[in-house]
Amino acid sequence: MGVHAMRAGVLAGGLLLPAWSMADWTLNMTPGVTGTSNEIFSLHMTILWICVAIGVVVFGVMFWSILAHRKSEGHKPAHFHENTAVEVAWTIIPFVILVIMAIPATATLVDMYDTEESDIDIKITGYQWKWRYDYINDDFGFFSNMATSQDEIYNRAAKSEHYLLEVDNPLVIPVGKKVRFLVTANDVIHSWWVPAFGVKKDAIPGFINETWTRVDEPGIYRGQCTELCGRDHGFMPVVVKAVPQAEYDAWVQGQLAAAELERQLTEKEWTLEELIERGERVYATACAACHQANGAGIPPTFPALKGSPVVIEDLPAHLDIVVNGVSGTAMQAFGPQLSEADLAAVITYERNAWGNNTGEMVTPKQVFDYKNQQ
Amino acid sequence: MSAVIDTHAGEHHHGPAKGITRWLFTTNHKDIGTMYLVFSFAMFLFGGSMAMVIRAELFQPGLQIVDPEFFNQMTTMHGLIMVFGAVMPAFVGLANWMLPMMVGAPDMALPRMNNWSFWLLPCAFLILASTLFMSGGAPNFGWTFYAPLSTTYGPPSTTFFIFAVHIMGISSIMGAINVIATILNLRAPGMTLMKMPLFVWTWLITAFLLIAVMPVLAGVVTMMLMDINFGTSFFDASGGGDPVLFQHVFWFFGHPEVYIMILPAFGAVSHIIPAFSRKPLFGYASMVYAVGAIALLSFVVWAHHMFTVGIPIAGQLFFMYATMLIAVPTGVKVFNWVATMFRGALTFEAPMLFAVAFVILFTIGGFSGLMLAIAPADFQYHDTYFVVAHFHYVLVPGAIFGIFASAYFWLPKWTGHMYDEALAKTHFWLSFIGMNLAFFPMHFLGLAGMPRRIPDYALQFADFNMVSSIGAFMFGATQLLFLLIVVKCIRGGEQAPAKPWEGAEGLEWTLPSPPPYHSFQTPPEVK
Amino acid sequence: MTGSPQPSTRSNARVIAWCLAGVVAMFGFGFALVPLYEVFCDITGINGKTGGRYEGSVSLERDESRTVEVQFIAQNGPDMPWVFRPVTRSIEVHPGEPTTVVFYAENPTANAMVGQAVPSLAPAEGTLYFHKTECFCFNQQTLQAGETVQMPLVFIVDQALPEHIHKLTLSYTLYDQSAIREVSRINQAITTTNRNG
Repeated sequence: MGVHAMRAGVLAGGLLLPAWSMADWTLNMTPGVTGTSNEIFSLHMTILWICVAIGVVVFGVMFWSILAHRKSEGHKPAHFHENTAVEVAWTIIPFVILVIMAIPATATLVDMYDTEESDIDIKITGYQWKWRYDYINDDFGFFSNMATSQDEIYNRAAKSEHYLLEVDNPLVIPVGKKVRFLVTANDVIHSWWVPAFGVKKDAIPGFINETWTRVDEPGIYRGQCTELCGRDHGFMPVVVKAVPQAEYDAWVQGQLAAAELERQLTEKEWTLEELIERGERVYATACAACHQANGAGIPPTFPALKGSPVVIEDLPAHLDIVVNGVSGTAMQAFGPQLSEADLAAVITYERNAWGNNTGEMVTPKQVFDYKNQQ
Repeated sequence: MSAVIDTHAGEHHHGPAKGITRWLFTTNHKDIGTMYLVFSFAMFLFGGSMAMVIRAELFQPGLQIVDPEFFNQMTTMHGLIMVFGAVMPAFVGLANWMLPMMVGAPDMALPRMNNWSFWLLPCAFLILASTLFMSGGAPNFGWTFYAPLSTTYGPPSTTFFIFAVHIMGISSIMGAINVIATILNLRAPGMTLMKMPLFVWTWLITAFLLIAVMPVLAGVVTMMLMDINFGTSFFDASGGGDPVLFQHVFWFFGHPEVYIMILPAFGAVSHIIPAFSRKPLFGYASMVYAVGAIALLSFVVWAHHMFTVGIPIAGQLFFMYATMLIAVPTGVKVFNWVATMFRGALTFEAPMLFAVAFVILFTIGGFSGLMLAIAPADFQYHDTYFVVAHFHYVLVPGAIFGIFASAYFWLPKWTGHMYDEALAKTHFWLSFIGMNLAFFPMHFLGLAGMPRRIPDYALQFADFNMVSSIGAFMFGATQLLFLLIVVKCIRGGEQAPAKPWEGAEGLEWTLPSPPPYHSFQTPPEVK
Repeated sequence: MTGSPQPSTRSNARVIAWCLAGVVAMFGFGFALVPLYEVFCDITGINGKTGGRYEGSVSLERDESRTVEVQFIAQNGPDMPWVFRPVTRSIEVHPGEPTTVVFYAENPTANAMVGQAVPSLAPAEGTLYFHKTECFCFNQQTLQAGETVQMPLVFIVDQALPEHIHKLTLSYTLYDQSAIREVSRINQAITTTNRNG
């Protein structure tokens, strides 16, 4: 009881306390962690101070007039209305200031455009509303979806520290290496931005853009999509994990092994028994909490699968619900979460367990095709 | 034929027709000007209430009030309505009221077309507003309607949106032709071009900008229409088109459009500051040249809105330098206004308060504009709240404060009554505080990394968003006060003399307040 | 209207005529921007769109002094179920040397489909120096249900490629054209019928 009360208290506190405790009153751009972002930062500060200086002079004269040259103070108006020398001066001086600003700006820009001599090439593809990263030198890739739950977004659960800025699979890059990004999009225009790197590039369908970064400090860096791309534009964060080279190599090996295993599982000729056996395990971890181990569910919130018409008859609907979820309910889209083999296994299991004996088998290949046809 | 002339002559002597027909069929520049101003204020409240929805949703992190889909519709409609429904018609309204009086004419040159160009506007916005109730909702792709989000992925209402843009474009073009004809043909004898009041000058240049770029907007929406309905692929990569081309064509219209929304305000402020400084405008000729230079430069800077789309470095550098160059003529204007105030005899009635705030806050918007012009830095600012802060600093204290300043400046002339100065000053101070509270924190949000056009945000942006929302609510509510002041002024008040402002100059002040139905029956002599 | 200044209708007409001419010209200019932009891109290569078949008359000599890495990537457009990938992921070539690479495509669906590959090159600066003499992207590709195909691309990197470019990435995005093809076939049928009728 005590534990429950405490949990409820924490939850309520999290809900009621607005974000004040976590928020910081950041006023300025941060310098970031790359050469580019530092150059941009110093450029930003230079221009800002020049603007402030001009502002002080102009507004200084203006406020002096406002305070001293008031009619109520008995000030009599002068009658001058032009002065060629002054007018020429305040045309030329700003021009000179602009030239001074343009020099460092040009240098920084040239540097940002130098994508040559990269160590790693990564293709970034924007989708509505997620990112896909492909390591083109190593031939593997994955989707990166926002990991923040709907409960947090709709204020049913306390918001975590990295609310809206957390993903399931972050982009992993090694520190100290020049990473070249090839940026494109699948559907509409997106824009990939990591403020700490000073990298922002539009992802345009059918076209490929390039940009680069070199991160020297290991860490997790967060950014967002910055081009309006539809409904969930605000919900497709970018998370980049910069790790030491050794760790990166190990991670790549792990990814390659996982991809290989996945490929074998998808291409393998499965038997009904093998799928049911694998499916039972998947069901226990992914489905049983709601639909119960005996398939009876907890109606009406969690419908029974045992004897359900969708499960014993309508195969396309069954695939659709498992892969894409049911919006507005607790049924998540498992398509991005489970592998083809696991999806096929769990669907096969559901269609053959608890007396649903349809004898039907769904293969990983079928699931793969179904996902790709969407 | 003589009968026709007789009825016209009759109208001359008896003033406006009675009832609704006065407004439906009017060809009188003052009636049409009034309708434009009333319409634009209605649109200002309509678009403003959408801003309130946006700020309410952004008051706290998390989704509380609206769905992200509807949020996108709100940002889109807010932008479209404020740009095309509030700011542009307000300036056309001011032009209708003031141009004939300033150049010494009885009316606008093309009065029937004037009627047309006004009545098209309510039609266009009725269509646009009706999309809110269509299945699939209103346009949700931002006021910049980038393809392919607005074409292949646009809602079914997009076709209506395109139709509405066409109609408002035609209206603007007809308004612009009327302005040009009036200024070129109806000036009083002796009023040479370089003797024209600055409001007339800035409107002449604005009208030329309208004629140059509104057809390009019409062209780009026509291409969208063809992509959506007729299977062409101007902007569709799968058919050999280029989504970036959309942005080039759009911003070729879009950047001059920015100046269309600010140049008439430059003109109005150039009347108001000298009037309340009791000192002639400093550097009239350089003001005219500066406006001309800004207008010309506005055609060669469009790609500064597209620094992140992957333009090659030579293009980046060209557009960066060209954009920075605009700071020079803009600077000249600001310096001239300050020099006009310098050693004047200043008083601070409401028009002057708004005009001074205009100069200060517009300059701040100019500074952030200069920062945005620096291409490498723009990679960090682009599409963040820094940009939102920038263009609201240019448009709210620029265009909107310019309109308020003009309205207070000329209200005694229009109505024959003085407005309530105490209420007007309250309106100013509440607007000033609310506006800064709403938009200044957006600079910080943008620099801290908050993208624009998002319905929900990460926790580190929470504080300033709340401040910003409070400021926005304050600014929004304050505008109802303006309605009260204007209604009060129309219904009565202290009688206004022909020239209520001691330092004001120009032909409009030689007419009684309110002026006769046909402004100048005999053209005045300008020496 | 005696006594009031008669606005000169003739000069008003002239202003209207000039303004309307301007409006029409600018409307046309908006559309002209499309071909102008295309020509501009062809000349400068700024949008990375590699052009059609190279028909250069100069015989390109091999430049043995340097090599350029050419990288190939492929992706599918929305709702495109084909398997589409480069067989060669990357190749070192000498400028001036004609090189053949192959892309693999498979239509795993149960229907015949039409695809169109759209090329894009990074860096865009290299676009002008990348010549294709044979490419599957010149035409639409039709694949029967379950059909697989090896599609060739023959290209030459120009010797004039700026020295600072060492790597070119050629990307293909494959779009499903079946629906569009269907529409154009219907349109064609309609026009034919109309003509016949």
